[in-house]
Parts: sequence; C-alpha cells; structure tokens
Amino acid sequence: MPALATRGLDKRFGSLVVAKDIELTLPPGERYALIGPNGAGKTTLINLITGMLKPDKGRIFLGENEITALEPDARVKCGLVRTFQINTLFPHLSALEAVTLAVCERQGYAGSWWRELPAYGDAVEEAYAILVSLRLAGSCYRPTRELAYGQQRLLEIALALATKPKVLLLDEPAAGVPQGESAELFSVISDLSRDIAVLFIEHDMNVVFRFAHRIIVMVGGRILVEGTPQDIAADHRVRDVYLGGGRHG
Amino acid sequence: MTSSALTEPQRYLEAQIRWRPVEIAFWLATLLPFVLAPNYLVLASQIAITALFALSLDLILGYAGIVSLGHAAYFGFGSYTAGLIAKWGWGEPVTGLLMAAAAAGVLGYVSSFIIARFRHLALIMITLGFGLLLAEAANSASWLTGGADGLQGVRMWKLFDVFAFDLYGTTAYSYSLAVLFLAFLVARRLIGSPFGLALRGIRENAVRMPAIGAPARAHIRKAYTIAAVMAGLAGALLAQTTETVSLETLSFARSADVLVILILGGAGRLYGGLVGAIIYMVARDQFSGINPQYWYFWIGTLLILVVLFLPNGVLGGMARLMRFARSRA
Repeated sequence: MPALATRGLDKRFGSLVVAKDIELTLPPGERYALIGPNGAGKTTLINLITGMLKPDKGRIFLGENEITALEPDARVKCGLVRTFQINTLFPHLSALEAVTLAVCERQGYAGSWWRELPAYGDAVEEAYAILVSLRLAGSCYRPTRELAYGQQRLLEIALALATKPKVLLLDEPAAGVPQGESAELFSVISDLSRDIAVLFIEHDMNVVFRFAHRIIVMVGGRILVEGTPQDIAADHRVRDVYLGGGRHG
Repeated sequence: MTSSALTEPQRYLEAQIRWRPVEIAFWLATLLPFVLAPNYLVLASQIAITALFALSLDLILGYAGIVSLGHAAYFGFGSYTAGLIAKWGWGEPVTGLLMAAAAAGVLGYVSSFIIARFRHLALIMITLGFGLLLAEAANSASWLTGGADGLQGVRMWKLFDVFAFDLYGTTAYSYSLAVLFLAFLVARRLIGSPFGLALRGIRENAVRMPAIGAPARAHIRKAYTIAAVMAGLAGALLAQTTETVSLETLSFARSADVLVILILGGAGRLYGGLVGAIIYMVARDQFSGINPQYWYFWIGTLLILVVLFLPNGVLGGMARLMRFARSRA
C-alpha cells in the first residue's frame, strides 16, 4: 500500500498543459526527489496533490483513502502536509506560538476559547520538542520575522512536522539557503522519522543524489522518468533535458 | 498550578497573558468618574458602551484581520431588539440585554457564512453593503422601528429591582461599566486561548492556515459570531440606558466611527478600543462644545496625525516609548 498515489492527474490553464496524466506512487518512509527544469510543473503538482489547485481529471489517494474531493485543511488532518518554496510563515508570532498553533489544530484544541494556552501543557511541550529537534529552541521565543533566513526555512519544516504527517511534500526546502547550510538542512530532513514518506523538490543535484532514494524527473507537465539515482544519472533523456538546451533552473 | 510547576515554554506563554499592574490601574481608574466627575456619568456610560463596541471590532479586525465597515449592523440590531423587548412590556434589563445579544449573535452567525469567504477590499464592500441594507430596512420598517423618529416608548424596569435608570447616569454607568468589564474578561481569555492564537494566525497569514490543518473559515465564523454578540451587547446597553433607539445606531457613521476609534487607540491590543473610545468621546464632547459644526475637522486632523506618527495607534506609540525608555535605562 503506497503512502501517496495519484492516478491520471490532469490540469491545464487555458491551453497551457501544466500536468498531464501524472501517475505517482510514493511508498511509506521513502525519500523521493522531484526534479525538472523551471516550468516543468513541479510546484503545480504539489498544489494539485495538497488541494490548493483542483485537478481537471484524475484521483489522489492517501494510503487507502481517496482524498481528491477534500479541502486542503482536511487533507492535512489526514496526514498529507507540505512546505512552501517561499517562506510563508506568521511574521509576528514567535516560533513557539506558530508551532503550538499547528499542534493545537491537530489536537483539536484550536477551537476552544475558554482556557488559556499554558493550560494546554501537552501541546506546548510537543511544539517545544519539535523546535528542539530542529535546533530552533534557542530562538523560539522571538518573533518569526526576526529569525535568520535559514531558521525560517527550518520553521517551515517544524510547522509541517507539528501536523504529524504521513506524507511530507517539501517544495525547495533549501531555497535561498547558502550551499553549505543546505546540506545541513537536508541532513535534518533525512533524519526525519522513517514513518514519514518525503517528496522534495530540489535543484541542487549534489543534494538530490545524496539524499534521495528515488528520483522523479518532470518535463512539460509530464513525468519523464522515475528511478534510482543511478538510473537517472545514466538516463540520456534526462541528460538531454538538463544539458541539451533545457534550462537548468 | 503554581508557576514553578510550569516548563519554560509554558512560563513564556504564561508571561504573555499575566495581568500587568497598568491593567489593574486602568480598571480602577474607570471608577474615578463616580468621584471626580459625577456630572459626566452619562458621557462616561456612552464611553463604556462605545468601548465595548470597539472591543468587539478589535476581536475580528485587530486579531483576525477581518476588516468591517458595517459593524454597526450588529450594534443597531442589538439596540432595536433590546428596545423592542422593553417596549413590548418586558423591561427587565439583564434578561433583555442577553436576549438582544443573542439576537445579534444569530444575525452575526448567519452573515458570517458570507463574511468568511472574502478578504480585503471585497470584505469592506460586503460589510459596507450589509450595513447599509440593514439601516435602510430599519428606516422603511417604521411601523416597527419608528423610522426616523426613533423607537419611542422604551421603559426600563429597575436594575435588579433596586436601581432606577436616573438622569444623572449613575445606574447607567455602573451597569455599562460592569457589562464592559465582564465582556473584556471574556475577550481577554479568548485572546490567550488556542482559539485566540488561531485568530492571530489568520491575521498573520490566512493562506498558510489550511496548510497546517486549520479550518480558517470555521474559525472566522466563530470569531465573527462572538464579535456580533459583543456588538449586540453594546447596542442593547445604549437602548436600555437612553430608553430610546434611533436609526443612527445602524448608520454608516457609527461603523466608521468605531473603526476610527479602534485605529486611534491601536488595533489588536485589547485596550486599544477602550483607550480610543475615551479619547474620541471626550474629544468630541470638548470640541463640539467649542464649535460643533467643525467637529469632524478636528477628528480628521487627529486621525491623520495618529496614522502619520503613531501607525499602531496611541497604545502602539506608548509601547514604543516604553521600549525606548527601557533601552535607555
């Protein structure tokens, strides 16, 4: 039983085909990389899977449940969670508050307005533990907007982890992070619990080949090829895309 | 739970919701008018009512970022409900107050299904339109509301069977202040709760909320309903303490005034609406004594100055001043 599967996913904007017959299968606990030139439809695919875009055709399964018709927040409750390419955080909330909020949403506390936050010790502790595990504990009381960029990228992941995902989709988790630090960030990602299946978009091929168990290559809204890093490195179609005129974004 | 039993993250959160001395001083100061300005208790009562109205707007605008230019709809609806209940023979203030608040809450809940779908400019237009709609409906239903003449024949019984609503406003101010304080306690608790945190999340980044599994629209509906209840409470207080209801309670001017008051005092600070109401109402009382026809000239000036120099309102400016003083010390 795959953790995540899509069947015949189609999406077009007017005459522009952004996803065509996407068949994707993500087994539990695996680390998959999704690569492809700019405009290949990688982020669009994540938007389709998470429900931020509605597909024209096709079905999406999380475990054995079909989630094609669910709203984005309901998909998160089922365990399908994403992060964003650009930091989309809560600037004036402290890191602890933001992660506590995500934990409260999962626990179903977020609707209750009669007891104050410190009373929800389990949620606060869980949020703090996540921040500790991502080495953010030292600055977790500061407003998000004051955190260093790399810390904000980690906070994106912390927010996702707070929802207890089964499937985690990371859209360029290291975007904008200096190269030395991006390896550190990916080591955090590869250390994530093996209960979580991870699909990440990344442009840095060193990182992709180091951390991905399997690689999916997308071009022009279609999946070109899927395979192990060795397969992909040897595949001449992929080389054509990246070296033969295709732009490396 | 003693604070030593709390972990460090809990202590941090606890420190944010702790009662500060300045708050206690503020609430004690609200009792001063009884001693210092017994001739101004009617004004004080109006200020308390306006403050409650502004507090209700703060819950949705200041905390959840839901802009409204039609918040008077719930104020006026509460006002007319309270007035009509008394006019039709049930003059008991507290139950009348609760019924009016409940009615405003129902109206708020129904309209929240539309409100929660929109943001920004669209939201301003919708709330504005809704406010105008209700004001015009009240105007044309003059058989019920008294139309432009206002609702006549509102007779309140004594509060708790003891305190009559007198000309000096002693009962009116005590009553309004007590309701304001209770509503404030509820609002304060709400802001410190997980739900309050979720509202701040919506204000900070509404688009991100679904991605952490938050049903943002359901949160907005709930906050909007609670705010409508509070606005209804304020409106009902006005009807009961003045024993009349005018179309002005539903007017665009009232919606705009409360927005000005909140921005003046500082949105998203709980006390912003309260401080704003005091400044605005006292200023109006003073300025309109000097030259009544130019009163909005001064309010306009005040508003521009505040936005230019105190973008986070009077309270935001004071907080900045305090930080500056502390960094110097």
